[in-house]
Amino acid sequence: MSTVENLKPYSREWLLSDRPTSRKQARLGRAYIVWRRFAENRLALLGLAIIVLLVLVAAFADLLAPHNPVVGDLRNSRLLPLGSEGYLLGTDDQGRDILSRLIYGSRLTLLVVVLVAIIAAPIGLIVGTAAGYAGGWVDAVLMRITDIFLAFPKLVLALALVAALGPGIENAILAIAVTSWPPYARIARAETLTFRNSEFISAVKLMGASPMRIVLRHVMPLCVSSLIVRVTLDMAGIILTAAGLGFLGLGAQPPLPEWGAMIASGRRFILDQWWVAAMPGVAILIVSLGFNLLGDGLRDALDPKEAGQ
Amino acid sequence: MTLPETSVATRRNRRRASSAATSVLRFAVTVVTTIFGLLLVTFFIGRIIPIDPVLAIVGDRAPAHLYERTRIELGLNLPLYEQFWIYTKQALTGNLGTSVLTSNPVLEDIKRVFPATMELATIGTLIGAILGIPLGVLAAVRRGSFADQIVRVIGLIGYSVPIFWLGLLSLVLFYAQLRWVAFPGRVDIVYEYSFTPQTGFYLLDATMQGQWDVLWDLFLHIALPGSLLGYFSLAYISRMTRSFMLNELSQEYVVAARAKGLSEARIIWFHALRNAAVPLVTVIALSYANLLEGSVLTETIFSWPGLGLYITNSLQNADMNAVLGGTLVIGAVFVGINIFSDLLYRTLDPRTRSR
Repeated sequence: MSTVENLKPYSREWLLSDRPTSRKQARLGRAYIVWRRFAENRLALLGLAIIVLLVLVAAFADLLAPHNPVVGDLRNSRLLPLGSEGYLLGTDDQGRDILSRLIYGSRLTLLVVVLVAIIAAPIGLIVGTAAGYAGGWVDAVLMRITDIFLAFPKLVLALALVAALGPGIENAILAIAVTSWPPYARIARAETLTFRNSEFISAVKLMGASPMRIVLRHVMPLCVSSLIVRVTLDMAGIILTAAGLGFLGLGAQPPLPEWGAMIASGRRFILDQWWVAAMPGVAILIVSLGFNLLGDGLRDALDPKEAGQ
Repeated sequence: MTLPETSVATRRNRRRASSAATSVLRFAVTVVTTIFGLLLVTFFIGRIIPIDPVLAIVGDRAPAHLYERTRIELGLNLPLYEQFWIYTKQALTGNLGTSVLTSNPVLEDIKRVFPATMELATIGTLIGAILGIPLGVLAAVRRGSFADQIVRVIGLIGYSVPIFWLGLLSLVLFYAQLRWVAFPGRVDIVYEYSFTPQTGFYLLDATMQGQWDVLWDLFLHIALPGSLLGYFSLAYISRMTRSFMLNELSQEYVVAARAKGLSEARIIWFHALRNAAVPLVTVIALSYANLLEGSVLTETIFSWPGLGLYITNSLQNADMNAVLGGTLVIGAVFVGINIFSDLLYRTLDPRTRSR
């Protein structure tokens, strides 16, 4: 029986070793196992591919877009059909290339999703871990506040907020973030409660760690994985809400190529030039499908207990 | 050492009674604070609007003393907590202010339009439950099969598609191209005068009055928005049914029933589904609440004269009283449905009672 394993670093065996010799090896090994479980799921890989593609399209929009997304050619290219020369997906009522607008619109979609996640997830994490770890009246008060926000239907609350703040993409993001954090707080609290009384927390406490340090360094990191899954699964909903706000004229304002607003402007010619409204919807559908597939795959990979359900 | 039997029993009973009392009390506190919180949120949204409500009434050329008098009449000179107190008292007595757009009291407007939304959401939930439950059961029983994949894809698309977009496209197909359904709206203008609704639920009214031609017309109007909401409800209900059924089918009583020689159909529909039915009731209630929300965009597309269209119309016209009143009512209905499903769950599942 060999006690010291001499494995080539970063090889398969090194990663899967059940006796990791360094923290790095242990972490990479765990990540590799999760990745293998994730990669078994073809639909999840498809979801990942869609999201990677979205990021690439957004990053290289300047190179990919054949035309200017904001300024059109009214004289020569108004409401051209699908497959027109130079305008693959046709043009809208202002002579703007729909494909180029969709390509630039991916930036707005990513902006909304990323900003909402950056604002809402930490709020939920802080509220949830604080409530779960502190317990008592702190828990009661924080959870009551969470429940109040949960009681509002998301879209309606976002509508009312944007109506009050004024339309615009920043306010839409803010409104969606305000309506998104409560489920994250619930999840973080539930996770915190499961290991609040466990031995490693007692050990850290005995070593004299302050509650602040315990929550920040020991509780929060353990909540992150389930939070990531939930945030990914919520992304589709966030995109749909943002598109709905855009459709009602409350999100991104013209001439920004926001997909929901593009559907709204195409609505006027839907009977004769259906593609103007149809194409942005296809883009929304593909991207939210991608996030849903990715989220499902992540959940199955990180939490095998729930897999297949 | 053992305690006498009787003392253990009485103590257990006493503990149970006191825990029932605390749970009722906790429940009451939950409801009251949630309603209070809803009011607080709508109150603050009403305060952050950039529109000056005084200017909106007196106009920007009004002299200073008139401006000041209106401000005092509106109670805007009072401290915030007093304003909130007044707002709460008014809202709880049914005074949600007056709509600028319709110049009716907001609550009256909402009472008029709400049945339309409820009718739509009810039809949607019915479709979702009637189709979604069998599909979910099928997916769970044939786990991993082709049928399971199909149900999964139907559900995933339902979660990912923008409802207003699907609504627009289905209008183009079923109304403009195929002429299968009626023009957006709730009832044809032809029947506007010959048909006098009583309850506000048109389908019910037409049936009770025996006006079959109206009923057919109503059906042609509700078919598309109803099926659309039904699809969204189906996506949710079938997914949850599948998950609950998988859980039930892995239980030991299923093995016992099989060993006893019961037919598979009997095990699935009479034993497993019956146990899965309890959490399903909650899911159906939640899906109904979601459809009330989903109706906001659907009603806009189909010109359905319900609460969603009322809110969006008021939004476009900066009619904040109406928007906030509608938001508050939908929030309150949400809370109501949640409480209802919670109570139903407790009555249906004996395990939750003694705890």
